[in-house]
Amino acid sequence: MMITCKEASRLMSEGLDRELGVGDRARLRVHLAICAACTRVRRQFDFLRRAARAYPGPDEESRK
Amino acid sequence: MLQLRNATAAEDVVQETLLAALQSGASFGGQSSVKTWLVGILKHKIIDAIRKQSREQPLESGDDETDIEDLQNAVYRDDGHHRETPADWGNPESALEQRKFFEVLERCMDGLPKRTARVFMMREVMGLETDEICKDLGITSTNCWVLLYRARMALRECLQGRWFAAGGAAPP
Repeated sequence: MMITCKEASRLMSEGLDRELGVGDRARLRVHLAICAACTRVRRQFDFLRRAARAYPGPDEESRK
Repeated sequence: MLQLRNATAAEDVVQETLLAALQSGASFGGQSSVKTWLVGILKHKIIDAIRKQSREQPLESGDDETDIEDLQNAVYRDDGHHRETPADWGNPESALEQRKFFEVLERCMDGLPKRTARVFMMREVMGLETDEICKDLGITSTNCWVLLYRARMALRECLQGRWFAAGGAAPP
């Protein structure tokens, strides 16, 4: 039932791309509740998504 | 342009964008700024171009096939714990206000293996769903998820080293 940080990172990434199954979601939630390190990783993944969405593209003119 | 691998392809896209803009001039109702409008068209044109390019010159998978285990082993011990505690990025939002941050992000994305970079761009920059990306690139969903995982792990590492640990978030 317990997952490792390694497995958690994989699930956190996949959770951004597909809907995880009920079991995986529960295992991830339990893991995150007790693991500060993985909570940081999850915040980093979330930030990465916001940064990519905000990426203005390589065109210099489009940046202010 | 990062996603298009040669200058000619990029020029074609810009030309097609301007053409499309002129042709659809009548449908521009003035609700958004001209810039927003043009960027919207450009985004679609880039997606079209990437799709075309993927069909015409599929990327060799060689540079993306290093085992995902190797990448994980660099970060995780055998027992699945982190080798080093991941850094706390604090409140990273201020980075999004800084042009320099996006230059670093761009360099980090450029450092990814080509197929990984392409999948990440399609998913996160353009916001496509993974099933669309799989179909366009002719890869399985599982492969797609693995490439995205690889991209996120690598970018996390790269941004940590080149921005957050380098004090990038601090005012100059």
